[in-house]
Amino acid sequence: MANSSSAEPTRRDFLYVATGAVAGVGAVLTAWPFIAQMNPTPSALALGSIEADLSSVQLGQQVVLTWRSHPLFVRRRTPKEIADARAVPVASLIDPIARNANLPDDAPATDENREIKPEWLVVVGVCTHLGCTPTFNEGDYGGWLCHCHGSQYDVAGRVRRGPAPQNLAVPPYTYLTPTRIKIG
Amino acid sequence: MSGPSTYEPKTAFTRWLDTRLPILRLANDTMTTFPTPRNLNFWYGFGAILTFMLAIQIVTGIVLAMHYVPNSTMAFDSVENIMRDVNYGWLLRYMHANGASFFFIAVYIHIFRNLYYGSYKAPREVLWILGVLIYVLMIVTAFMGYVLPWGQMSFWAATVITNLFSSFDQLSQLFNPHFKIGTTIAYWIWGDFGVSNATLNRFFSLHYLLPFVIAGVVGLHIWALHVPGNNNPLGIDVKGPQDTVPFHPYYTVKDSWILSMFVIVYALIVFYWPDLLGNPDNYTPANPLVTPPDIVPDWYLLPFYAMLRSIPQKLIGVLVLFGALITLVFVPWLDTSPVRSARFRPLYKIAFWVFLVDALLLGYLGSQPVDGTFFGTGISDVWLARLATFYYYAFFWALMPLLGWFETPKPLPATIATAVLGNKAAAE
Repeated sequence: MANSSSAEPTRRDFLYVATGAVAGVGAVLTAWPFIAQMNPTPSALALGSIEADLSSVQLGQQVVLTWRSHPLFVRRRTPKEIADARAVPVASLIDPIARNANLPDDAPATDENREIKPEWLVVVGVCTHLGCTPTFNEGDYGGWLCHCHGSQYDVAGRVRRGPAPQNLAVPPYTYLTPTRIKIG
Repeated sequence: MSGPSTYEPKTAFTRWLDTRLPILRLANDTMTTFPTPRNLNFWYGFGAILTFMLAIQIVTGIVLAMHYVPNSTMAFDSVENIMRDVNYGWLLRYMHANGASFFFIAVYIHIFRNLYYGSYKAPREVLWILGVLIYVLMIVTAFMGYVLPWGQMSFWAATVITNLFSSFDQLSQLFNPHFKIGTTIAYWIWGDFGVSNATLNRFFSLHYLLPFVIAGVVGLHIWALHVPGNNNPLGIDVKGPQDTVPFHPYYTVKDSWILSMFVIVYALIVFYWPDLLGNPDNYTPANPLVTPPDIVPDWYLLPFYAMLRSIPQKLIGVLVLFGALITLVFVPWLDTSPVRSARFRPLYKIAFWVFLVDALLLGYLGSQPVDGTFFGTGISDVWLARLATFYYYAFFWALMPLLGWFETPKPLPATIATAVLGNKAAAE
């Protein structure tokens, strides 16, 4: 080689690139199992579904169930709570999206879109800020207060004061009988 | 300062070894004859203290791991078993738990000493960055260790801290509303939909690993220290042999003394007030359905926690928290003053002490309930935390660069020797 900066790629250049490429792909393929092993196992991923009987829940009460290892709030709302929640204009909400797994992704966060039957609110009891469990019937909006960082939710589980960015998630659920629901 | 080696092997064996593995030469050059500024004060002893605390944590940790069970149904009971049944288990666990706190006390003193004397400036930038890396590794290790007893605080601290990553959903959703990068990361960390047995297991594995990684970075840190040598309270360079003394016996003795004082306080806490720095809620087994009314991290993370809580927007709060740590990496280039030591910088000295008070204030605010007021004065804790967070950033990103230009430093002494011994003695 008289000139190392010759324009033509040489056979050696090709060998360098090819060797590097094989080694690079090999390194990625070797690393992947060591990274992927940390993802949830299939048994953890298998979506658990639970059934719950609501007949014993009194007006104004909530029961806490466990679903996918998280608390699940089932709240029986009073007529006044329902009326209050429906009077809130969607435009005034922090998160205007319903976050209801039973509805399209862009459904607005009206109270009607947050439950199947007005009396029963079913939400995942995980604060959308950093995952604490909010406390029932506390805060300025009659719903829940998260003690960790002060987020507040109304009786439709919609976030009304930050730092939480989203409404409490409504899980997929159906009514099996008028007083029995299946979640998941 | 790491000049030519002065080591001379004296026996046949050491001469034989020196040509094969010059380990005695290394020990001699770094720990015996190493020329060290003659004016180091006791604040310079905390490097030795930190090395000692790392050793304490590794030794007590290894023996605790012989009795601990990293399983969500057995972890809490196994810790109680260590406390009640294992021979001296109570001592080993209190040494380890309080050892973490004293490790952080020492590292904070070490960091603030560095900020005061400007030790991060050229030519010690890499030394400083390695120190920041050690500090971050310490935080990660301590956090994972805090999860292992599987009490209420363990579980909910793990939940809150790992959920920090879920805030990055807001970034990826800008591009695709269905792509939740943060939640994907959180599931990957948990190995489940939330903090679970899988999480506990991997945290135990990493908690065992990371101290050895720290030890490795400490090795690099000391290596990087021994290239330019120690800074000193005057912040001026060593000009010659008259400015230094050999590390041994001068600083081996001085370090031993300050280490003894430190260990006495550590022992007093371990034996007489072992739960002072812990949280009583962690003696309640983890319950995924009930969050304790006031969840707080361990004391050494409270300033960052106060920052997080003071920001009402989730993603920004998390970025402010991480940014506070990342800021430290840039300190050597943010400070534009050619003068190192705050002794000769009247304005920086004030900014420094305000920063120290600011950090303590943030720590206090992080320990308080989220909706309180400052000592009942009617000043909102949240607003005070916002102000303190602002000063934290302003200190690094505004005061450090600006003071270097506007401040008139006091005159520097010619050499360490003249400052310490007076002109006459130094001339002899």
